[in-house]
Amino acid sequence: MKHVVDTKEIAGQSPNWMLARLDDLVNWARANSLWPMPFGTACCAIEFMATAASRFDFARFGMERQAFSPRQADVLICAGRLPFKLAPVIRRVYDQMPQPKWVISMGACASTGGIFDNYAMVQGIDTVVPVDVYVPGCPPRPEGLLYGVLLLHKKIKQESLRDRALREEHPLAESGLRLPPDEIDAVSEPFGNSVHQFRSA
Amino acid sequence: MNPSVDALRATFGTAIGRAAVARDGETMVYVSAGRLREIMQWLRDTPGQGYHYLVDVTAVEHRDRELPLEVVYFLRALDRRADLRVKVELDPAAELVVDSVTPLWKGADWLEREVFDLFGISFRGHPDLRRILMWETYAEGHPLRKDFPLRGRFSRAEQVRQALAANPEAHYSLEELTIAEAFSELPPDMKERLRRGERGTLQGDE
Repeated sequence: MKHVVDTKEIAGQSPNWMLARLDDLVNWARANSLWPMPFGTACCAIEFMATAASRFDFARFGMERQAFSPRQADVLICAGRLPFKLAPVIRRVYDQMPQPKWVISMGACASTGGIFDNYAMVQGIDTVVPVDVYVPGCPPRPEGLLYGVLLLHKKIKQESLRDRALREEHPLAESGLRLPPDEIDAVSEPFGNSVHQFRSA
Repeated sequence: MNPSVDALRATFGTAIGRAAVARDGETMVYVSAGRLREIMQWLRDTPGQGYHYLVDVTAVEHRDRELPLEVVYFLRALDRRADLRVKVELDPAAELVVDSVTPLWKGADWLEREVFDLFGISFRGHPDLRRILMWETYAEGHPLRKDFPLRGRFSRAEQVRQALAANPEAHYSLEELTIAEAFSELPPDMKERLRRGERGTLQGDE
């Protein structure tokens, strides 16, 4: 190297060229400028707002601009329970987001239905849209959401541009569902403190 | 006990059933379903009663399925600061229908729709009796009835399928989102100002 570049000459100056893998460069840019689309439906949205405000400030992670339009958003954050009445709405919001896009399911209700194992509530938004990161908690503290965002960063940084499947759109199947019906029934089974309740009860 | 009960008995006789003081100190009075509209109008318009404000309409189904369903009206006389709960009993074996009080209180419109949606009680004479909380194509029944299973009647997959098949923009008709229908009821001078496209002025504007 000494023979190629005279290190004395560029010492103290920034190099005017550098090498990197394209994947690393693109993923670095994507991960560090995630524009969130907040889909706040319940108390998780309060923690989401706290995360956006000055004390926790997710602008530090490149999420300065909240995109209140799905057309300009990169990551959909579902903060709160999702009733069946809102299921077609979040599906449409997700469909309207351009690729690349990711989804964070924030809190117990968005991830599993939480305590609302009843007739009105979707049992996990992954039965409606694909989810990248689940953040547990009821509601999660802002640190929890930030940890989820950092996990998403990690995930994005492992993606490859050559893997076209990552960016494929998956519209609803012929059945009108995202997952096979028996899979939805299986993930919607009672759990936790609701195991003593049955469909016939 | 609210003195309105005695006044009701003096006026309507046997149409007024038992009355009791609830645990929170308010008076509940049972009235006959057949004369409900008449009784409510009397409570609203009679000087000295003046229950001008309908706070809420709701319903009760008891765990004992033999007991009648109750439709409950919360009335308040704002100037006298008096409250009265009027209850109507409906036989669960018969058709669940009661006269609407929407002609008396416009605010009863959505309250009665909610009772219809969740309990399946119909209101005779209601101008627009549709579901209000569950979507209009909801096919599983009336969720607050005791015979309704907590998780609904369909499988989760079927519930998700029906939910996703819904048009997310169909829940509110244009009429519900505008005041167009109320235009005919505005005072004449306001109609005239709206017709001229008057925008109003700020104080200090010339």
